Amino acid sequence: MKKQVIATIAGAVALACLGSQALAQSRDLNVVSWGGAYQDGQKEVFFKPFNATGTKLTDEAWDGGLGVLRTKIKGGNNTWDVVQVEADELEVGCDEGLYEKLDVSKIGGASRYLPGTVHACGVGAIIYNLVLAYDGDKMKTAPNGWSDFFDTKKIPGKRSIRNGAKWNLEVALIADGVSSKDVYKVLRTPEGIERAFKKLDTVKSDLVFWKSGAQPPQMLAAGDVVMTTAYNGRITAANEKDKKNFKIVWKDTPYTMDSWVIMKGTPQKANAEKLVEFMGRPENQAKLPKFVRYGVTAAAAAPLIDKSLMGDLPTNPDNLKLAFAEDVKFWIDNGDKLAERWTKWAGTK
Amino acid sequence: MLTRQRSALLLPLTGFLLVFFVAPLVWLLSLAVREAEVPRALPRTLSVLQTWQPGQALPPSLFPGFAQDLAEARAASTLADAARRLNYEVNGVRSTLMRAAREVSSAPADTAFNQVFFASVDPALASPEFFAAVQRAHGPFSAYYLLAAFDLARNAKGEIEHASEANRIYIDVLMRTLGISASVTVLCLLLGFPVALLLTQVTEKTADWLMILVLLPFWTSLLVRTAAWVVVLQKEGMVNSLLMRLGLIAEPLTLIYNRTGVLIAMTHVLLPFMILPLYSVLKGIPPHYMRAAASLGAPPVTAFFRVYLPMAAPAIVAGSLMVFILAMGYYITPALVGGGSDQMLSYFVATYTTDTGNWGLASALGLMMLVTTIALYALAHKLSGGRALSMG
Amino acid sequence: MKPWKLLYWFLCACVLVFLLAPIAAIIPLSFSSGSFLTYPLPGLSLRWYEEVLGGGKWLTALGNSLYVGAIATFVSVILGTLASLGLMRHKAWWSEMLKLVVLSPMIVPVILIAVASYFFLAPLSLTSTYSGLIIAHTVIAVPFVVVPVITALEILDPNLARAAAACGATPGVTFMRVTLPGIMPAMASGALFAFAASFDDVVIALLIAGPDQRTLPREMFSGLRDSMTPALTAVATIMIVFSTTLFLLMQVLQRRSRKNSQIVR
Repeated sequence: MKKQVIATIAGAVALACLGSQALAQSRDLNVVSWGGAYQDGQKEVFFKPFNATGTKLTDEAWDGGLGVLRTKIKGGNNTWDVVQVEADELEVGCDEGLYEKLDVSKIGGASRYLPGTVHACGVGAIIYNLVLAYDGDKMKTAPNGWSDFFDTKKIPGKRSIRNGAKWNLEVALIADGVSSKDVYKVLRTPEGIERAFKKLDTVKSDLVFWKSGAQPPQMLAAGDVVMTTAYNGRITAANEKDKKNFKIVWKDTPYTMDSWVIMKGTPQKANAEKLVEFMGRPENQAKLPKFVRYGVTAAAAAPLIDKSLMGDLPTNPDNLKLAFAEDVKFWIDNGDKLAERWTKWAGTK
Repeated sequence: MLTRQRSALLLPLTGFLLVFFVAPLVWLLSLAVREAEVPRALPRTLSVLQTWQPGQALPPSLFPGFAQDLAEARAASTLADAARRLNYEVNGVRSTLMRAAREVSSAPADTAFNQVFFASVDPALASPEFFAAVQRAHGPFSAYYLLAAFDLARNAKGEIEHASEANRIYIDVLMRTLGISASVTVLCLLLGFPVALLLTQVTEKTADWLMILVLLPFWTSLLVRTAAWVVVLQKEGMVNSLLMRLGLIAEPLTLIYNRTGVLIAMTHVLLPFMILPLYSVLKGIPPHYMRAAASLGAPPVTAFFRVYLPMAAPAIVAGSLMVFILAMGYYITPALVGGGSDQMLSYFVATYTTDTGNWGLASALGLMMLVTTIALYALAHKLSGGRALSMG
Repeated sequence: MKPWKLLYWFLCACVLVFLLAPIAAIIPLSFSSGSFLTYPLPGLSLRWYEEVLGGGKWLTALGNSLYVGAIATFVSVILGTLASLGLMRHKAWWSEMLKLVVLSPMIVPVILIAVASYFFLAPLSLTSTYSGLIIAHTVIAVPFVVVPVITALEILDPNLARAAAACGATPGVTFMRVTLPGIMPAMASGALFAFAASFDDVVIALLIAGPDQRTLPREMFSGLRDSMTPALTAVATIMIVFSTTLFLLMQVLQRRSRKNSQIVR
């Protein structure tokens, strides 16, 4: 009997030790971005230097989806502090109270940033395009844009698109003949949405989905697909790092801005603001395009950026002329509904 | 040993499992039949609706309370959940509700919040259909998520019917999960039975060594094995290069991110789970039955099918059920080597938990999984004479 | 008959090759000097092992896996052995029921255990902590201890215990000096299985572990989706070597235990 009592006590003590460990743990500041070559660049330009200033920083990657953030807040015990979110996630999340209200004075003042990049709940981080990418070594003639992307007879082979409705519906409509100026007008009608899904159906059997931004260059490199949608910066980074000859088609591609937000209720709010301020400094932001060709949001950064990189930036006037801006309001209003529709569409043959 | 002593010995583990295993599972399954999002966000609305019937006109006293609920829920961040819940029944109402809450909060102080006001925000918010949906979501218990998991829904009148076309996928997913598991089981059986048979026919020493070859992959991490397949099955990976080198194919085959990849990888992972139970039972079949059949003039094939197989049947059933049950619960392998239309139930449970936040549906699908698994295990237990739970 | 037998042996050989080839195929890739996962290898180099073992996220992940695994195993062995002592040779309805509950983490799909633990531990602030991960891993690891230990306890000749009692030993002494040595190999093999269960787990870590507690499989999972470099194959090779060692240890233990039970009989 004594043996059993001792054993029970020992067990209880062990569990108690575990429990006290839970209380004793304090958390480091955590920043969450999109992973892959982009986050590698951010590590060099922002995270490692910030770590060196004395505040410990850990970084993680995610693939987007407001539901993830909602779940983190709802589930309690959220460990994400500073997160990079897409434009509609910024708006909707702010509305739902998922983020802390941003005090612009703490991150360098409104004049530091380009007009339109400061928001009640977040500040702009990068401007980028979702482009059509292909391997220049394997495909000698460039595809003429989205209509070729959806034409498996002209260019046979698998294509890859992001696993989500956003941007895919737009390019499907453009491939179906809608001009990029009218895309959102058409998408606001139920017939427009049906038309987009029908166009996607025509290539469905040749579609592979990517979730994280690092996958499209990998798929091109492995020869798994002949064409893919991709973030422009990842393609140029793959060309530089892995000596690839991937090519980008800029025509009729959507561009948008991602922003940094601070998650509601984080115990690290002061440090989070310090980090966002650090990442908003023009001299820091100017270093980013060398790693990934994205437009940055600090007004004074532009002259500091290497001129030779300008051709690949989304904010280059030549590229802006060909592209079209994402209609954030459309996705705010319809994001959730279309996300569900997409999950069902993608999950069935 | 006295019961008192036994109880004391069992207490630590039992307590631990009750708290950290049984309770969480029960909690999870209870989420499938509960709902509290709408009562939390729209309490006044619901209390007015208590005396309302769907056929009647909407009482004017409804709207001021509704407005107050909206404003408070928005401030307390409880509106989003309720809006999402109601969106499942009234398509599009999620963003409408959020917009309405914004307008209510920013409206001038003397605005009359009545039916006209809400109709001007969006006609849906003044419609009986919408408030019927609100009333149906009063909780605390609800069959809503369970119905959705079986592709059913309640229509405006409250009757059960098939869910709308776009929402009807879970039965398909269940069939797909069962189908993939069945295919993998058959493949494992076809590949595993000869090996198990061979193990019984060689000497003990050889069997030991061969067994090591079978167990080695079993001990290798599931992720490592899956990663190996991701590398090997790529378009420019080893299998394709080998086949092209041998001249068997001209174009590389697509072996990954589709059903083929899933079947190959899952068969590979689950094969040891077929071989081990098969071997442990086949080992016990005395060889003299086959010899007797041969001495009575039966050719080896006939002897095999009419004498050996019937005796091996319990082993086959045990191994097959084990593989089938394991295959049904798999998440990692299909997620890494499969395409969008190859994902099984576990994927949806995971996605709805972390990505969409639809915990009710995740739990309902989880309940579906659990019931199926337990039923199969009970079947395995019965058919194998109680040996299903032993570790081969 | 001969050609049939040949075909049969060939088929079995193919199956065994199928089982082992993919695992063997990725090991050489970890020594590639290039950054792609294709044969032929451009050259040999240890750069990927340097990257993985030279500090950074992989080493931290390995450390996390070992730490979580060790503690989860320790707790599982204690709880599992105690429970086995309580369950052995008992045929009452409630102990059968209890046996079922104890073994049920092996039946319940791990995704459900992971999701349930997530919902349960998050409000208790135990997600993104080592404790939460250890607790969840212990749940799935305990059955692996209970099964061999109960079997070993029931195989052990009860007369030994009675003889010890007849010689005046208290139940505590009997346990420590008669029972425990007898079931030690079973406990050890249960511990190895438990450790393997914890070390190999991905799904629970996916749902519960925070950025600081990322285990090796969790990190590999991200790597497989995010950036596939031969560093992954280096990690995989390390894990293969590790599990092979564990496995061979298991074999040794099982032979020892077989000898033990023979002596006891």
